[in-house]
Amino acid sequence: MALIILRRVGQAILVLLLVALISFLIFRFVGDPVNSLLGQEATVAQRAELQELLGLNDPIYKQYFDFVWRALKFDFGTSYRGAQPVADLIASRLPATLELALVSAIFAMVFGVITGIYTAIRRGGWFANIILSGSLIGVSLPTFLIGVLLIWVFAVELSWLPSFGRGEVVDLGWWSTGFLTVSGLKSLVLPAITLGLYQLTLIMRLTRSEMLEVMRQDYIRFARARGLSQRQVHFRHAMPNTLVPVVTIAGLQIGSIVAFAIITETVFQWPGVGLLFINSVNFVDIPVMSAYLLLVGTLFVFINLIVDLLYLAIDPRLRDAGNGENQ
Amino acid sequence: MIKQILMAATAAAIFTSAASAETVRWARAGDSLTMDPHAQNEGPTHALAHQIYDGLLQRDMSGAIIPSLATDWAALADNPNVWRFNLRQGVTFHDGAAFDSEDVVFSINRAMADGSDMKELLSSVKDVRAVDAHTVDIETHGANPLLINNLTNMFMMDKGWAMANDVETPHNFQAGETNYATMNTNGTGAFMMQSRAVDERTVLVANPDYWGADLYPNEVTEIIYTPIQSAATRIAALLSGEVDIIQDVPPQDLDRVANTSGLKLATAAQNRVIFFGLNHADGPTSDLRVRQAMNMAINRDAIKQVVMRGQSDPTGVIMPPFVNGWTEALNTVPANDLDAAKALMADAGYGNGFATTLNCPNDRYINDEAICQAVVGMMAQIGIDVTLDAKPKAQHFPYIQSGDSDFWMLGWGVPTFDSHYIFNFLIHSQTDDRGSWNPTGYSNADVDAMIVSLESETDLAVRDATIAKIWAAVQEAQIHLPVHNQVLNWGMKDNIVFDVQPEDQPHFQFLSFQ
Repeated sequence: MALIILRRVGQAILVLLLVALISFLIFRFVGDPVNSLLGQEATVAQRAELQELLGLNDPIYKQYFDFVWRALKFDFGTSYRGAQPVADLIASRLPATLELALVSAIFAMVFGVITGIYTAIRRGGWFANIILSGSLIGVSLPTFLIGVLLIWVFAVELSWLPSFGRGEVVDLGWWSTGFLTVSGLKSLVLPAITLGLYQLTLIMRLTRSEMLEVMRQDYIRFARARGLSQRQVHFRHAMPNTLVPVVTIAGLQIGSIVAFAIITETVFQWPGVGLLFINSVNFVDIPVMSAYLLLVGTLFVFINLIVDLLYLAIDPRLRDAGNGENQ
Repeated sequence: MIKQILMAATAAAIFTSAASAETVRWARAGDSLTMDPHAQNEGPTHALAHQIYDGLLQRDMSGAIIPSLATDWAALADNPNVWRFNLRQGVTFHDGAAFDSEDVVFSINRAMADGSDMKELLSSVKDVRAVDAHTVDIETHGANPLLINNLTNMFMMDKGWAMANDVETPHNFQAGETNYATMNTNGTGAFMMQSRAVDERTVLVANPDYWGADLYPNEVTEIIYTPIQSAATRIAALLSGEVDIIQDVPPQDLDRVANTSGLKLATAAQNRVIFFGLNHADGPTSDLRVRQAMNMAINRDAIKQVVMRGQSDPTGVIMPPFVNGWTEALNTVPANDLDAAKALMADAGYGNGFATTLNCPNDRYINDEAICQAVVGMMAQIGIDVTLDAKPKAQHFPYIQSGDSDFWMLGWGVPTFDSHYIFNFLIHSQTDDRGSWNPTGYSNADVDAMIVSLESETDLAVRDATIAKIWAAVQEAQIHLPVHNQVLNWGMKDNIVFDVQPEDQPHFQFLSFQ
C-alpha cells in the first residue's frame, strides 16, 4: 500500500514538472513583458537592459530550471505587474475563488442530483422533458454568454442582484470571506450559477442515466415484487446505488470548476486567482502565470491522487493487483 | 394641492440627489498598477495617483497647464538653463507634514533614480536645488523650453515619510521585494487613500486640509474606484446604477447609454492618433509612390462611419489637434482617389499589385482589429493583397519593434502636447536613445538634426518654424499612413457635471453636481 502511494506521488511530481515545462514553452509566445514594464518612452538601450535583468535572454531550459529550483523552495518570484511576491498575491486571491467554486459545486451537485432523479423517475413526462431540453442550454451556451445574460436580466432589468464584484467581505485572519454579509451572499448568486451550470447539467444527465440503469436491475424488480412502495424502491434502494459513480465524477469536476473560474471571474470582475491570471496574461506577468498553472496542476493531481487512493481502499482487487507485482 | 405634491416631490428628488451626491463610484477597464507615483508611467496608474498626489503643475480638465504645488515658474532671465519654481505655502501632506522645497528636490531625484519609469521625461535635468524653503531651481543640460510639459505627471512625495518607510527609490526588480509605497500613499492631493484591494476596490476620502479647497468645486467627499474589465459588465453596472461614472464606453453601447434616462454621455477628442507604419528600407513600400497610393486608398470616412460608428476624427497627419505644431492644413484628410492611386502603383511598377502582411493589435486601441480588416479591403481595391495578422498587444509591440514587419498599426498619445515628442520617438533615426518606435527604416540626417535642435531652442518663433519644417518633410516622405484621432467617451449619471479630459484622466476635485 505504501509503495503504491509512493509511486502515485512520484507520478504526480512528474506531471507537475511537465506542466511547468509546457507553460514555459508557451511563455515564449505570449509576448514580452518589457514593453508593459517600461512604457512608451523607453529607449532601445533600456529595453535591452531590462531584458537582461529579468533573465529573458537566458535559454529556455535555464529559465525553466531556475524556476523549478526556486519553486522547490516555495519562491515564485515577484510579480512584474503588482510588484509583490507572487505567493502573497495568489494567497490573497485564493479565498475568493475557493468560495465561488465551493458554492457552485454545491449548487451543481444538489440541483443536478434532484433534477437527474426526477427526470429518471418521470421518464417521458412533460416537465422532465422540459428540464432535459433546458439542460441543453447549459451544455451548449458558452459561459461568458450565460454570465452576461444573467447580469442583463437580474442586475440591469430587475435590479435584484449586483452585476460585479464580491460585495462586502469580512477578514478572518488571512482569509477574506463573503459568506458573512448580505451583499457578499448576493454577489455570489450569479457567478455561482454561471460557473455551476455546466457541471449541473453534466451531473443531471449522469444521475439520470445511472438511475435508469439501476432501475433495470433484478433487485429493483424483486423489491417491487415484494410489494414495497414506489417511494421506498426509488429512494431506499435505487438512489444510493446511483450516487456512487455520480459522487466520483462530481469530485473529479471540482478541479475543473476552479480552472474554469477564469471566464466567470472575468465576466463578473470576481477578484479571484482566475482574474489575476487573465490580467497576468495581458501584462505578460510570467512569474504569476507559471505559479498559477502550477497551482491548478497541483490541484488536479491532488484530486486524482485522492480518488485513486479511495478506489484502492474500496476495491480489494486493485489492491491485490498492486501487491502482486511486488511479490 | 397638486402643486404642493409636485414641489414636495421635487424637493425630495433634490434632497436624495444631494445626499447621494457626495460619493462617486468610478469604474474603468483597468486598475492602477502601483501606488508608487514614479514606478509606472501609464495612464490608469497616473489617473488614480492624481487624486492623491500633486505635481508642481498639472493639466486641468481641458488639457491646459495650471499651477498646482508651484504657484508660478519662469526661466531665469540671466540663465535660460535654469527654471525657477515658487512653491505654494501652507501645504501639508496627508500625514500632516509640511510641504517644502526639500520634498521637491527629493521627489525629482527619486523620479530620476534607477527603477523609476519617469526618468526619461527628466533626461534633460542636470541638477535640482532648493533656493529657500519655498523656491526651487531646476537646471537642465542646455536650455529646455519643454521642461514644464514633462512635469505634469511628476508627483511630489514627502521626504521624511519616504525615508521612514524605506522607499527612497521606486520599486526595483533587482531587489525583488515589496515596496511600502506600492500599497501606501502620502500625498498632498484632494483625496486620501482609505483602503485598497488591487483589481477589486480602492476607496478614497476627501482631504480635509486640501490646499485647493477654495480653488475647485471639491464636491466629492468619497471615491469608490472599481476596475471592471469586461465591457458588457461595465455597461451593465452603469445601467443598473451600481456605479456613477465609467470610462472606456465601448462604441456599440454609446447609444444605449445616451438614450437611458438618468444617464448621459460626455464625449471629447482624445490625445491619441491611430496610423499605419510602413517599411522604407526595402520591399514595395520603400517606393514613395506606393506609399502615396496606399494613403489615397484608405477611405477614412468609411472607417469613421462603419467601423467607429461616427466616433473618430479622421486626419491626414500623425498628430492629435492639441499638440503644438498642429495646423488645419496638416490635418486635412487626403482624398480617397482610387484612380490616382492605381496610376501611382502602375508608375512604380506595381500595376499588378503585390502581397504583404499587416500586423495589428487586437486589444490595444478602439476597434483596432476591425479597422485593420477594413483597410485590408481598401488595399485590395488597388491590387495590394494584404494578409491580416492580429495579435494581443504584448506580442504585437515587440514584433514591430524588432523591425520584421513591413506594414503595421500603431497609436500614439502625446503627453507633452508638443510635436517634439512625436518626432523623437517616431521620426528620428533609430539609435540607442532616440527613435525607439521608428522601425520604418526612415533616416534623414537633416531632420534628425532639426529634431535635436528643438530640445534647446528657446526662441519660440524659431522653434515653431523648425517644427513646421520637420512636419513638411514628414508629410512629403509619407512616412506613415494616418487614420484618425480617437474619441473618448465617459458615461455618467446625468446630475454629474464633468468634462472629458483629453488625456482620459478624471480629476475629481473638478467634479460638481447639478
